Amino acid sequence: MILELLDIVQYPFMRRALLAGILIAVMCGLLGVFVVQRRLSFLGDGLAHAAFGGMGLGTLLLLSGGWLGAEAALFRQPLFVALPFVFITALSIAWVRDNTNLSSDTTIGVFFAVAVALGVMFFSLIPPDASVNFDVMDLLFGSILGVRQSDLVIISATLMLCLIVIIPLWGRLGYATFDEELARTDGVATRRLEYLLFGTAAVVIAVSSLVVGIILMAAYLVIPAASARLLAKSLFQMTAFSVMIGVSSTVVGLLAAVFLDVPSGSTIVLSQAVLFACTTLLARRRIFGSRS
Amino acid sequence: MKTPPALHVHQATVRFGEVEVLSEITFNLEQGQFLAVVGPNGAGKSTLIKVALGLVKPMRGHAALYGKDAGSMPERIGYVPQLKTFDRSFPASALELVVTGLRRSWPARVRAPERERAAAALEQVGAVGLIARQLSSLSGGELQRVYLARALVRRPDIVLLDEPATGVDFLAEHDLYALLERYQLETSATIVMITHDLAVARYHASRVLVLNRRVHGYGLPADVLSEQCLQEAYGHIGHAHALSFG
Repeated sequence: MILELLDIVQYPFMRRALLAGILIAVMCGLLGVFVVQRRLSFLGDGLAHAAFGGMGLGTLLLLSGGWLGAEAALFRQPLFVALPFVFITALSIAWVRDNTNLSSDTTIGVFFAVAVALGVMFFSLIPPDASVNFDVMDLLFGSILGVRQSDLVIISATLMLCLIVIIPLWGRLGYATFDEELARTDGVATRRLEYLLFGTAAVVIAVSSLVVGIILMAAYLVIPAASARLLAKSLFQMTAFSVMIGVSSTVVGLLAAVFLDVPSGSTIVLSQAVLFACTTLLARRRIFGSRS
Repeated sequence: MKTPPALHVHQATVRFGEVEVLSEITFNLEQGQFLAVVGPNGAGKSTLIKVALGLVKPMRGHAALYGKDAGSMPERIGYVPQLKTFDRSFPASALELVVTGLRRSWPARVRAPERERAAAALEQVGAVGLIARQLSSLSGGELQRVYLARALVRRPDIVLLDEPATGVDFLAEHDLYALLERYQLETSATIVMITHDLAVARYHASRVLVLNRRVHGYGLPADVLSEQCLQEAYGHIGHAHALSFG
């Protein structure tokens, strides 16, 4: 069994998949803590579906041709249209919510629907015989085993961005997440922080969606953080557990996918779900154990 | 040179949509005074505190603390918010909440000197036993003490409290006022407290502001808590009258 595992890891595609999965789990684990504690779990779904609309627009623009020269090969991907598309969607969600009396889930629901509608329209406009370098099914369900070297460059850059934003601002983000009004009285620019959080989430989700798929994206953002919440006694612990649960479920899920010859996205999410079930039982035992 | 007042509010007018919540509020509060803000529900008392904190900008007029714009000196202010529905799902201990009063951000790790100061502040409010407790396990009264420790840990020059006795039993309420008076004696701090209890305003405050969207009275408790002034602010003073005048 161990030898088989070592054999599998020898393959470059598997090493790339493991690395991409771990990097994404770290980003989503860090962000997921704030998403879950701010009750924004629907944001992952909403922005992943915005990525669908953005990828559709990007593909159309690329096919219409010639808007980027051959020397910019790395950037000749629909992702580079999807990124600003998702970013603008995220900031629009925050702006509409701040300037109306609509709740976060309602606002996200509206943008979610519009983005899917746009995506369906853009993809329907692509001629059936057109040559595009990705499959719409991969976009929906992910293709972590098909990660290329260039994807790893993009994912690494996104992780760097995420770390640069989240680590120095972690304390202020945590304070504003605990109580926005209290943080404001202490001079924390909570509104600016929230826009920064939404913007960072947009970039992370747009890039991660390509690998893990739009449909399963929300799971990466929510399940590890929710499991961590059940175990943690502090926000710092929750952040650490969220990253650890995300990384371990990714590794286990990926290896399970190869062994069982089933889609990797589903085994990763199911691994997360198993850990969530375990933490729920542990938390239940802690609560009811202490009561009795 | 004359020292600026601890809190100066000049013709502050706040409007939320069509509703004028505060109208032309003007008063000065000197350092070391204990102000009780009283008034019926919806009188704009919490909004006035938020103006003093710089959280709400008046559409006309202004507020200043120690001669500087409200909101520009958070380090000199201790704020105890109204006891609201607390997010029980936030993983945090009493210690961490008190340390936010020192750091003005959420602590990942609490350093030893911070722990010492937080423990001293919790001791001061009679809650040192709560230091390691999760916030989710605290009662309303215990939580209020932790918020008070958080406000006092930085030794503020002015303490603003929004209905601090809500959800607190009679003995704890008595302890709270005794503690505030002790803190004021030790530090000459200024205290601004919203209360619904006119007897508390009468016996603990050195100044009272009777508010109902506009100032109905401001001055010494004995002068301001008159039947006429309360009648004007509350419309009817049945219960309030009984508390205030015994």
